[in-house]
Amino acid sequence: MPVLIAFFLLALTLQAASAETIYVSNEQDNTISVIDGQSLSLAATIPVGRRPRGIGLSADRQKLYVAAGDDNRIDVVDLKTQKVEGSLPSGEDPELFVLHPDGRRLFVANENDNLVSVLDIPEKRIVSEVEVGVEPEGMGASPDGRIVVNTSETTSMLHVIDAASLELIDNILVDTRPRVAQISADSRQIWVSSELRGTVEVFDADTRESLAKIVFEVPGVPRELVQAVGIQLTADGSRAYVALGPANRVAEIDAKSFKVLRTYLVGQRVWHIALSPDDKRLYTANGNSSDVSVIDLAGQEVAKTIGVGRSPWGIMVAP
Amino acid sequence: MKLLLAFIALFLASPVLGQEKTIAIGVVTQTRDPVQPVSPLDQEIRDEGLAGARLGIADNATTGRFTKQRFTLVEQTLAKDAKPADAIRDLAKEGIRFVVTDLDAPLLTAAASAPEAREMLFLNARAPDDALRNESCRANMLHTIPSRAMLADALAQYLMTKHWRRWFLVTGSAPGDKLQAQAFRRAAMRFGAEIVGEKEWTFKPGHARTDTGHVTLQSEIPALTQVTDHDVLVVADETNEFGDYLSYRTARPRPVAGTHGLVTTGWSEVSEQWGATQLQARFETLSGRKMTAVDYAAWAAIRAVGEAATRSRSNDPAAIMAYLRGSDFILSGFKGQGQSFRVWDGQMRQPILIAGPRLLVSVSPQAGYLHRGSELDTLGFDQGESRCRF
Repeated sequence: MPVLIAFFLLALTLQAASAETIYVSNEQDNTISVIDGQSLSLAATIPVGRRPRGIGLSADRQKLYVAAGDDNRIDVVDLKTQKVEGSLPSGEDPELFVLHPDGRRLFVANENDNLVSVLDIPEKRIVSEVEVGVEPEGMGASPDGRIVVNTSETTSMLHVIDAASLELIDNILVDTRPRVAQISADSRQIWVSSELRGTVEVFDADTRESLAKIVFEVPGVPRELVQAVGIQLTADGSRAYVALGPANRVAEIDAKSFKVLRTYLVGQRVWHIALSPDDKRLYTANGNSSDVSVIDLAGQEVAKTIGVGRSPWGIMVAP
Repeated sequence: MKLLLAFIALFLASPVLGQEKTIAIGVVTQTRDPVQPVSPLDQEIRDEGLAGARLGIADNATTGRFTKQRFTLVEQTLAKDAKPADAIRDLAKEGIRFVVTDLDAPLLTAAASAPEAREMLFLNARAPDDALRNESCRANMLHTIPSRAMLADALAQYLMTKHWRRWFLVTGSAPGDKLQAQAFRRAAMRFGAEIVGEKEWTFKPGHARTDTGHVTLQSEIPALTQVTDHDVLVVADETNEFGDYLSYRTARPRPVAGTHGLVTTGWSEVSEQWGATQLQARFETLSGRKMTAVDYAAWAAIRAVGEAATRSRSNDPAAIMAYLRGSDFILSGFKGQGQSFRVWDGQMRQPILIAGPRLLVSVSPQAGYLHRGSELDTLGFDQGESRCRF
């Protein structure tokens, strides 16, 4: 009987979630998978440009921007019609990008060109370029709009860009092959993941002093395979989630004490992850098993696995 | 005249006065006989190794822009009768302490034995000889090219996961072929495969591409391969003399693996995973051709020095050398795992690619080959087996 109640409660929690929609970029299928957050099932598949990776919502949440790396452009998907309605110039080989809080500028990492391109969305043109290290990758913007951060994978640096002057404020050496950079909701911390060291470093956004280095260990998984990639920080600043790549785990971290609280076993080679708007669920893009895991964060368990396209890479939740 | 002198003095002094420090890396290559292409698809390569080193310097330079470190490459090509020690003396005169070598084992040993070499660090990007990692090892040498034992072990692990346990070994006549065959025998023993037959390739393929060349091969190869049944033909042909002729001509319908067919290698032009696409694209833009395993090893050697200089935040060669060998060093080598140097023999531990002619097939170490340290150390001579004493 308790089992039944637990099951019922679980079903209830899953039901309770709002009608959010999850978008997943499938690197090898050239598509976006659309998952219905209510039924947690695949709702649609949208064909986009070649090698889609980074994805992000427009300020009005009506459009989805998709970096189509092999087509050197950013596709704009109309979320009502679920069709590509046009594209934006991105510079060569766009990988990840971030929308500045002004809602007007996209900062795009051009992986082959060692540049961050600044794209003016209404004008549909690149208005500026910032030279960074080799293989720019992760992009983050501070919610207060002051800074934009970028990581360069081969140079292993965190580049801090003044969002107004577009000057480099700082270049900080971080752990090997940095992937994702996220700025906390209060704009005070920069979190950076290192794929090859399997660490996450946290920096003070103003002084750029290192506040913590979080090391991940997964019993039974060789050290080399514990890699850190996607990062998500909750809006209230209490939790952080880190995708551990080929360790097939997501770590949950107390964002105040920087302690690892637990890990969740998800699909294979978990890459990017996305929190639901209410921070109650975490969705993970599992590149090698071609599926998405849904973690119920209150119940602390993986609630469902949903098959998507081949090599899911980026993931994002729309309310 | 005075003005001119003053100008020259200023010019000479400026690198010292400036904030930037220069780390000069030498790359020494040897004159090689032009290789007779086997296939009309073969690309002619005149700058193997050098091109990889140049890309490494370019990658280092971009990082150096932010760390205020400048990296320069000094290229030296040994003429046929040149003494390696002379080249080393010239490099030493220029203050060079890091030397990446694209040399075969005998020349490499001669270079590393020069009196000036004691203060230098050699990074071997060409010679796969296991002896250089064992009885002939040197304290002033690291190896970024995988050893023959690593290549053989990587292939053996893959063949064993396929349960292709019975091998027919075909070896060429070059000295390197015999050493590679030895490594295959060692790998078979280590991982439980059985060599059911062995043959040496003694034919002269000569004009295989003439109008009737295929006719000769079509009769020779079935005769050569008419042996006890086996799961796979393992070939050791480092000089590319005959390996490409074997597939589809064997007496039994068996796959070919080793130096040809399913190739075991440190790098392949078909690799695109783990960000390799970006490295391949940068290399192709710079050199106008595809990256070979020797290019990759030279690139990795230069990048290793750059990474150690950046991480140790030092321009002091001694500090960079110490960091390179230390436990903190890892290089991001586009093969999915961090690569570092084994303390016992100076070999760079790294995944080994198992590649088909058009696509990557697998990467070793294979799942399940466990190690109490790094699983990468299941490839090649592990600490306990090493005969290297620095």
